[in-house]
Amino acid sequence: MKRVALYAAALGFTLFAGFPFYWMLITTFKQNRDLYVGASDLSHIPWIFNDPPTLEHVKLLFGQTDFLRWVLNTLLVVAAVVVITVAVAVPAGYSLARLAGRWGERLGMGIFFTYLIPPTLLFVPFARLVSVLGLQDSLASLILIYPTMTIPFCTWLVMGFLRSVPWEIEEQAMIDGYSRLAVIVKVAPRLIVPGILTVIVFSFTLVLQEFVYALTFISSVDKMTVSLGVPIALVRGDVYHWGALMAAALFTSIPLAIVYNVFIDRFIQGFTMGAVKG
Amino acid sequence: MAGIEIRNLRKQFGDLPAVDGVNLSIRDGEFLVLLGSSGSGKTTLLRMIAGLEHPTAGEIHIGGERVDGDVPPRARGIAMVFQSYALYPHRTVFQNIAFPLEASRTPRNRIEEKVRWAADMFGITRYLDRYPRQLSGGERQRVALCRALVRDPKVFLLDEPLANLDAKLRNTARDDLKQFQRRIQTTTVYVTHDQVEAMGLGDRIVVMEHGKVRQVGTPQEVYEDPVDTFVATFVGQPPMNLLALRDASLPPGTLVGFRPEHLLPRNVFGPGEELATFRFAVRRVEYLGSDRYVYGAVAESAAPEATIIAKLPGTIPLTIPEGETHEFAVPRRLLRYFDADTGLRRRP
Repeated sequence: MKRVALYAAALGFTLFAGFPFYWMLITTFKQNRDLYVGASDLSHIPWIFNDPPTLEHVKLLFGQTDFLRWVLNTLLVVAAVVVITVAVAVPAGYSLARLAGRWGERLGMGIFFTYLIPPTLLFVPFARLVSVLGLQDSLASLILIYPTMTIPFCTWLVMGFLRSVPWEIEEQAMIDGYSRLAVIVKVAPRLIVPGILTVIVFSFTLVLQEFVYALTFISSVDKMTVSLGVPIALVRGDVYHWGALMAAALFTSIPLAIVYNVFIDRFIQGFTMGAVKG
Repeated sequence: MAGIEIRNLRKQFGDLPAVDGVNLSIRDGEFLVLLGSSGSGKTTLLRMIAGLEHPTAGEIHIGGERVDGDVPPRARGIAMVFQSYALYPHRTVFQNIAFPLEASRTPRNRIEEKVRWAADMFGITRYLDRYPRQLSGGERQRVALCRALVRDPKVFLLDEPLANLDAKLRNTARDDLKQFQRRIQTTTVYVTHDQVEAMGLGDRIVVMEHGKVRQVGTPQEVYEDPVDTFVATFVGQPPMNLLALRDASLPPGTLVGFRPEHLLPRNVFGPGEELATFRFAVRRVEYLGSDRYVYGAVAESAAPEATIIAKLPGTIPLTIPEGETHEFAVPRRLLRYFDADTGLRRRP
């Protein structure tokens, strides 16, 4: 009886989580008539194919927009931001957690608070900065600005994660004949792999969904990222190309879903360790 | 091989003195146990010897060389075993034991040789290719000891290495550890809160409380001649009985102490023994197999409600009915006297 209830609840949540994907999927392949007739014909059933599926929207997305170009741009920005974030946040988090003593904790909180300042406040001064540096309308502007969101949060994440990794293993290495620097290079990285993975996944997600900065700094269609290019190209005035919009969402979210599921255990481990002990 | 000299060592965490003016002379080859409850400063003292904690004041000398300044842990000629064993989780047992040797750039074939020698000594040769997570607690502890051994340290520092083992294993592990230390004759400092471990392992025991050393002595000295009421009640299970007697022959403010195993029925003593006799009102008798604990109160006490415990060995088959008063006695030579205010030992 208890089992049945458990499975029923699990099924409910699965349907809830899976429904948006299903909706994206059928919208992508529905003919326009099938999509829009529901507004006037109440006997129309919206969640099945009433007409045969079509590739028309997919063709629109790939043939008449720069979708592939945007994917490429996004991947480029993501890769650069992830590299910068890991290179800065991991050593910063390590130093604050292990070397800075009591001040490390306070500094860490201070750094975390900068993450809470919303981009809607910051994009004006950043726009000025970007134009002074002559980076308007280039991917470099995004690569410069995105780490200001990812580094503070990830530094704090690494700190929280390190608090759950016993210091003793590193102390042991110092007794076993290694200098502090050698410990940081030889021993510590292996201990914080889940933390690093979490940092990667988090920066990845943040960059992928970012819209405000991209909208502010990028104006040429061929420099856009997916999150910017798709709504700009496929929402024309008050005409929403729902089929193509959903196709874009589908093709971006499916690879992500696969990546998340591969790393989900470590991701959750990294997050909860930071959260619970924070 | 080296002794350790500790002079006026202090460690302050904020306003809290964790170690408060410790002087200690550890002899070459000695097995010294730091015994205290949590918060007594014993682990902080050990970590300062290791160089993992900087002293606020004072000096540490290992083998005649002063190390309390900027000598890093790796240069102090020490090896340490943590309570958690701190094995490197992503390295095999072999790689764990070899890790200190890699640090000192030992040649490959020599590493192989030393790891096998140490593993053989602790009987873990067949686990060399496993990872720490595949080992039991006892096996992990031996890996940690192996890793400490291959460094040829001047001093072993052990922080409660038996605390994570189950009770059954702890006895044999204690015996193994003591035998091992006797064989290699390396100065060892061992931290524990378990007085049975301390008594069983230590050549000498250092009893600590609130960052201060209360007493240093052999297990026998600490047990039989405690310097104050803290040591008297901390060492020994059940603890030493302490009572204020209504006895005019004693100076005022004197506490009398005696071990529970010395409080026995009056009639088991021979006529030659000089005895202090008590009227012991027995409340409850606890049967523990090899012993019986008898709980009750002593009528001669100034606080007649205070619980007094007698520990009768199984070799005394007398029946002691509960709820009755019996004549119990302690040989006078086994009584210890303390100052009720300071807790310090008093000569009668």
